[in-house]
Amino acid sequence: MPQAQVETRDVLHDEPQDYLWTLNFGPQHPATHTTLRLVLKLDGERVIDALPDIGYLHSGFEKIGEHLNYNQYVTVTDRMNYISPMTNNVAWHGAVEKLLGLELTPRCKYIRIIVSELSRISDHLLCNGAAGLDTGAFTYFLYAFYQREVIYDIFETLCGARFTNSYTRVGGLMYDMTPLVIEKIRTFCRNFPKTLHDMERLLDRNKIFVDRTKGVGVLTKQEAINRSCTGPIARASGVSRDLRKDDPHLPYGDFDFRACCATAGDCYARYLVRMQEMWESLKIVQQAVENLPSGPVNVGIDQRTAFPDKRWVYSTIEGTISHFELQMSNRGFEVPHEEIYYAIEAPNGELGFYIAGDGTETAYRARCRPPSYIHFAVFPHLIRGHTLSDIVAVLGSLNIIAAELDR
Amino acid sequence: MLKPETATIDALKAFVSAVKISDFREQVRAVVPANQIYDVLQFLNHERGFDLLVDITCVDYLRYRDATDRFGLIYILTNTVTNEQLIVRTFLNEPDLIVPSVTPLWEGANWLEREVWDMFGIRFEGHPDHRRILLPEEFAAFPLRKDYPLQGRGERHNFPVITRDNA
Repeated sequence: MPQAQVETRDVLHDEPQDYLWTLNFGPQHPATHTTLRLVLKLDGERVIDALPDIGYLHSGFEKIGEHLNYNQYVTVTDRMNYISPMTNNVAWHGAVEKLLGLELTPRCKYIRIIVSELSRISDHLLCNGAAGLDTGAFTYFLYAFYQREVIYDIFETLCGARFTNSYTRVGGLMYDMTPLVIEKIRTFCRNFPKTLHDMERLLDRNKIFVDRTKGVGVLTKQEAINRSCTGPIARASGVSRDLRKDDPHLPYGDFDFRACCATAGDCYARYLVRMQEMWESLKIVQQAVENLPSGPVNVGIDQRTAFPDKRWVYSTIEGTISHFELQMSNRGFEVPHEEIYYAIEAPNGELGFYIAGDGTETAYRARCRPPSYIHFAVFPHLIRGHTLSDIVAVLGSLNIIAAELDR
Repeated sequence: MLKPETATIDALKAFVSAVKISDFREQVRAVVPANQIYDVLQFLNHERGFDLLVDITCVDYLRYRDATDRFGLIYILTNTVTNEQLIVRTFLNEPDLIVPSVTPLWEGANWLEREVWDMFGIRFEGHPDHRRILLPEEFAAFPLRKDYPLQGRGERHNFPVITRDNA
């Protein structure tokens, strides 16, 4: 990267201030967790300005999206926010289905809600756990990580993959939920509240943690909206917007849960919002699992969008025709020449896809609205005036995933 | 998101006569001429309360069927109070790939516009920090344009390698 380019920018426009010095934070640093670089202007230990320098992990996901078909691209969305890949899968195929005008089966919608909420819990566990770890609470991190393993086990039983799930398909899902998965989710729902209580008792009133995070990185409501913040970060600043309530593409209205808000807008408020959201997600998972509708997970064969079950392919003529037509490049989905934007409430904020369809089964343009990218743009504003050690607290509370940041 | 109220649409039509409104799957898109884009966005922000800029992105219509313009610039706006969503689009053609920056209206536009410049080569007049963001500054092409190949033009192989000895 052109280091000189970043450093020559005149941060303070008055006379040259020789006592300021420049510090490179990252791209490889234990507290950045992934690959991102900050060029800091320091006055002693106080941060005068921070210039984020990103792009170390840029891998051209949007360009790849123009060359992989709608079902293949889901594997790439896994790699965006790899902390909660299920949510990315749900968002991508939700967007594709909105473009195609497909209506999913009730069971599929419920399963998609269950996996999104489980991955929200898993994402918040990592985010809060790492925020605790960075501010010195190692035990807390281990509590969080143990429960993440349980969620990984559930996903492994569900679709065979632990980390990069690629679970959704156009018009449905890769596999149906088996009784074993449901039993595992029930066990998780029984055991998780105890851990969550333990985690709250460990950190909520921990003097060191509260001192490190309270009043640090304050974002007002006005600024949060003006700087396009969404998700827990905006809600911690008092913006009540939650796409699960305001724009539910999936039947979130069936469940009893609250959108969690705080008003302080500092790192501690963001931590509390995430803790509370885990309780709410747990409530949704419990309700969804107990009320899971029966019936098929994929849309019917006659709609020619979801690959039929192998039983149908091998034993019926409709199944065989449908399977092979979907494989052929000129007989696949009927995609309108239109553009749509579709967003869901991902753990990190609003995760949206803007797809331009051109009649073929490959997207003409597959834009991803990455929440990490937009939240990292706020970072210099949050850190100005704080000390060097506050950087890890603010970074941890923003939950920056570099793969999603750079795509 | 909800569709914009008819009052919003009517006000927009009254404000700029050349606006074209279309509708697809409950989403309302307004196409405005490029020379009026800043005024329209300012009007929507100040008068109609579209306070959240969700996204700015761009589509290169080089190989799109029936497309008459090269680039489409897309602003996705949301009103956080009434929950309306409106997509404002404008079309740009070479060589006039320049529009006014909307950073005075929304701070969040800063990095979004930088990404559009980085990937499509559309300039934003009055942007406070008009540099590339994801790619290195010496990168010559705009990779999300349709005439740029998926495998690149050899940038990766020609990238200077710094070894430990000559760093």
